[in-house]
Amino acid sequence: MSLTPYVPLVVLFGLATVFAVFSVTIGPYIGPRRINKAKLEAYECGIEPTPTPPGGSRFPVKFYLTAMLFIIFDIEIVFLYPWAVAFDSLGMFGFVEMLLFIVTVFVAYTYVWRRGGLDWD
Amino acid sequence: MNDIQLPPIDYAALLPMLIVFGLACVGILAEAFVPRKHRFAVQATLTLAALIAGLVTVIINRDLEVTTIGGAVTIDGAGLFLQGIILVLGIVAFGLIAERRLERGGAFVANAAHAADSDGDKKQLNEAGATEIFPLTLFAIAGMMLFCVSGDLLTMFVALEVFSLPLYLMCGLARRRRLLSQESALKYFLLGAFASAFFLYGVALIYGYAGSVQLVAIKQSVLDSDKSGVLLAAGLALLAIGLLFKAAAVPFHVWTPDVYQGAPTPITALMAACVKAAAFGGLLRVFNVAFETTSWDWRPVITAVAMATMIVGSILAVTQTDIKRLLAYSSIANAGYLLVGVVSLGGAVGSSMFYLVAYGFSVLAAFGMVTLVRDADGEATHLSRWAGLGKGSPLFSAMFTIIMLGFAGIPLTSGFSSKFALFSSAWDANQSALVIVGVLSSVVLAFPYLKVVVLLWLNPPGDETPTVSVPGYLTRAVVGVGVLATIVLGVAPSWLLDMVNSAGTFLAK
Repeated sequence: MSLTPYVPLVVLFGLATVFAVFSVTIGPYIGPRRINKAKLEAYECGIEPTPTPPGGSRFPVKFYLTAMLFIIFDIEIVFLYPWAVAFDSLGMFGFVEMLLFIVTVFVAYTYVWRRGGLDWD
Repeated sequence: MNDIQLPPIDYAALLPMLIVFGLACVGILAEAFVPRKHRFAVQATLTLAALIAGLVTVIINRDLEVTTIGGAVTIDGAGLFLQGIILVLGIVAFGLIAERRLERGGAFVANAAHAADSDGDKKQLNEAGATEIFPLTLFAIAGMMLFCVSGDLLTMFVALEVFSLPLYLMCGLARRRRLLSQESALKYFLLGAFASAFFLYGVALIYGYAGSVQLVAIKQSVLDSDKSGVLLAAGLALLAIGLLFKAAAVPFHVWTPDVYQGAPTPITALMAACVKAAAFGGLLRVFNVAFETTSWDWRPVITAVAMATMIVGSILAVTQTDIKRLLAYSSIANAGYLLVGVVSLGGAVGSSMFYLVAYGFSVLAAFGMVTLVRDADGEATHLSRWAGLGKGSPLFSAMFTIIMLGFAGIPLTSGFSSKFALFSSAWDANQSALVIVGVLSSVVLAFPYLKVVVLLWLNPPGDETPTVSVPGYLTRAVVGVGVLATIVLGVAPSWLLDMVNSAGTFLAK
């Protein structure tokens, strides 16, 4: 492998730099400036932003445990679907492996349950 | 319908990892069901049992050479030796993690998420610490074991995450200096996640080039392929960034001092010994198996990184005033020496592994002793506080002197024999420039170590000199083993050198 393969790489880096510098510096000059209220609000997945007094304030972070639990089962489902589709061809081996996988998820769930992660107050 | 070919699985070869992973899961269940009063004893026993059982199975497997689960895991001499190193160093580090004599409730707090200095945080200062630390340690160690024997880049990525995620959390659990500890956890997590992204992007580009993520297949496609090498070069660069981050090589080292300083000292010890072994195990495997034939492309770059790592690490170590930061910069410089082993390829694999063993034991003893120098606020890590400790605590100071002389590479210590073995195999591989930079930088690096020795013995003790705590039997054992290994591997290194040289090959088929 000679040095020639690096030429496209250098060009790519150059283009990336030029693009980044261009977009950051030119935008403010040529873009229209129409300020409205929505532009100053936090974007939260398209829903109404959580109401907070100006300057920010405290809000309960209880949801983060729920969110983490959701991720555990979310990932489980991601693997369960393809397994269910290919159940016939995977046979007994796939079944046992899937059980083992669910057991490991269940271990995490048991921990959260026993240590009070599911209690709201 | 039965068109899916299941890959054969060699359970015996996977047994060490299955044991450690399995018992880590059992540890989580124990955390859920065992009453609080008995948790510590149960967890500590379980962890030690898992590590020892893992080590025994690794030793039973020692002559195994097999690629299993469809190429995802490659068990070979070097891989098994690295797994053995990680387990042995893990068992020693376990002594520091389980120590509860030095501080009430151990070195960890129960809840990392309390805001520093909040009421909840002050309350947990005197409560028993988290016993979750034990299953987390097991998960981390199992991940490191898998990292060293991964046969493809995706398995390697999963292993990387498995050992990184527990470490991010454990960094934030220090009982004292909570803010510093939380800062270190956050920094490590953000930068680590960033490095993981680089790693994955690299894997994707290499897959685009080779059509496979298996290390052996990548090597084959480098030989056969007539495709342009753009994807390969870019992928390799990104992959190397991800790996060099974990290995703490310049310029990806900036997290190291902050994380080493903020993390609880037992976890710092675990990172300096085991994670270093795992990171270099992975680097050695990737470069020796997949990219040996492309060495013309990456050697100049990694050589430059190795030189920068040695020079920056040793020069910045000179300016440090905190013992944990000093040891962090020293670990960066040592990463540079180990990179010399990576650049030298095949012949230096054995001596790199020898270096990992020697450095791991010394650094565990060093951090073990850092946990002993305490005052009312916990560990006194500022170097000025260490002045004159030799007067009141001669045995401690003598032990620390041996470790420092070992790091400095004085003959008859493991620091000398390991550097000698590594540099001579690099010399044989015609890496003379690297060897010269290595020797010069280790001369520079000797200065901060000797400065500490002078501080201990020749400076008068100040009013503020902290006391050296009487160590519990666990810390005592850790320090004893570390100092003993530093001397034994310096005086009689040949048995281990024979062992690493017979183990020092990666299975490349």
